[in-house]
Amino acid sequence: MNTNDHSMSQPARGFARFVQSIALLKESPIAIFGLALVMLWVILALIAPLLPLFDPNTPLEPFKKPFSDAKDGATYWLGTDHKGRDMLSRVIFGAQLVLIWATFATAVAYFFGVIMGVVAGYMGGWWDDAISFVSNVLLSFPVMVLYIIIITYLGSTGFNIVLAVTFASAPGIMRIVRGLVLDLKTRDYIFAAQTRGESPLYIMLVELLPNARGPLIVDACLRLGYTTITIAMLGYLGLGLPPPDPDWGKMIAETQPLGSFAGHMAVVPALAISSLVLGFNLLADGLREISLRD
Amino acid sequence: MLLLVGKRLISMALIMAVVSFILFMVFETDKLGVAGKVLGPYSSTEQREIWLEKNGYNEPFVFRYFDWAGNALTGDFGDSIQLKVPVSEVLWPRLGYTAILAGVVFAVMIPLSLTLGVLAGLKEASLRDRSITVISVLTTSVPEFASATLLTAIFVFWLGWLPGTSAMTGGFSWLEIILPAAVLVLYGFGYITRMTRASMAEVMTSQYIRTAILKGLPYRRVVLRHALRNALIAPFTIIVLQLNWLLSGVIVVEVFFSYKGFGKLLLDASLFGDIYMIEACTLIAVFVAVLSQLISDVGYTLLNPRIRFD
Repeated sequence: MNTNDHSMSQPARGFARFVQSIALLKESPIAIFGLALVMLWVILALIAPLLPLFDPNTPLEPFKKPFSDAKDGATYWLGTDHKGRDMLSRVIFGAQLVLIWATFATAVAYFFGVIMGVVAGYMGGWWDDAISFVSNVLLSFPVMVLYIIIITYLGSTGFNIVLAVTFASAPGIMRIVRGLVLDLKTRDYIFAAQTRGESPLYIMLVELLPNARGPLIVDACLRLGYTTITIAMLGYLGLGLPPPDPDWGKMIAETQPLGSFAGHMAVVPALAISSLVLGFNLLADGLREISLRD
Repeated sequence: MLLLVGKRLISMALIMAVVSFILFMVFETDKLGVAGKVLGPYSSTEQREIWLEKNGYNEPFVFRYFDWAGNALTGDFGDSIQLKVPVSEVLWPRLGYTAILAGVVFAVMIPLSLTLGVLAGLKEASLRDRSITVISVLTTSVPEFASATLLTAIFVFWLGWLPGTSAMTGGFSWLEIILPAAVLVLYGFGYITRMTRASMAEVMTSQYIRTAILKGLPYRRVVLRHALRNALIAPFTIIVLQLNWLLSGVIVVEVFFSYKGFGKLLLDASLFGDIYMIEACTLIAVFVAVLSQLISDVGYTLLNPRIRFD
């Protein structure tokens, strides 16, 4: 067997594998469109400090309509808000904020949810009963009620929002992972690993988790969308990240009473958050379609 | 069947007990804090001690919990700190308002999403299916406060057709229900539509439907008599479970439109720190959620002909 054949039969590793997965996306135009929307916001958020934008927190001229000229020859592309801050700049820096916190919160929720799910599914018995009961208790709260209680009790800081998202999402993630593990656990390669004498920890981490990743990636995309909504919603309700940084939800809450004469101030962040969440949802949808196809 | 209901009832009671205990622990372990909330931030420690003694707060924690839980069971949640009246006096009318809103939402959302879901699922991957799916993803991606902003911008500020708040200051008005209900329907119908679609698509590819078509039954009859009955079992449970989601969504919508319902009550209470009101609202919300879980579980087993009880 020559080396070329050998490399063909092996699954690609590292970067090559990443490129292969991206190439799979072209089977679904929906997924590509979703990814494009998400990437648009990610890139804008990343290069925000390099863009020729006004400072998001500096008051300039209040209530300017979109496309109106600023004093120094620049343009307020999306207008300014009631305090005279540039909307475009606030929306882009708001994207930075929401993307960072949503990703972080979802990652933490996944960390705990996956651990709970794998342990409950693989160990079974007493472990399963205890973890499932805790999850059922948490899932019996309507999510917003859970958020409100946690944040009323602990105060509204970024860390507490991450904590609240974890409490609300980890049980759901746990259920999915548990279901996947219960199914995978009966496969031959798991028995092989058990016969080899591998430790439960090794089996859970090396044999079970990587094989459960497909549905989890789809779920993670959806959850990123939910978490984005959650963070903005908490901002809207006055329970979000502390001021003055631009939070999409808070931007809507602040400018809602002034909607009758400067509607753009609330409409712009509303469109921003909808497009980002739509991106996540379409991406998830496309990925699911691709995974069902083969 | 009775065994299933019994088991579910026990687990429901257990969850309510655990939730109420956690709630009590979170909000009432710090006795002096509670007294401070009731008497105001400038009350002295002695005043707080006197209040605690008078209201039985110096008994052991577990006793206090059972006292509190017993009172809650009989509908006595104490006096609201913010509004200075018994919690139950405010809570029930507010719940009534939310129930009206929820009723309107379900009355519109269920027929709409079932029809769309069935239409999409009948012909998988057709243009009709694709467009219904895309629309349902689109509307589900717009969070309630964003669609409320957009709908207000269009129907209140631009067209001037509808009122922008629903505070019902001049008595009950159906006109003021339209926007809050529309926002909730818009966000919620996509999920049920997609579930119905998946269920319908699965049924349409099953053996017995193929048999029915091959033996020459008219297509209408196959769909109406044979497919629908099985395809609507799964959506039924989803719809009942939507009550839990509605209790979340209703908070934002009620705040946005200043609708005097249960969700706004809970948010106002938590922003103020009105612990007795928060406790009462949370207990009610969790109770409704757990009850809907029970109904959906039992309903599913009753409706599904594949599950038999001996």
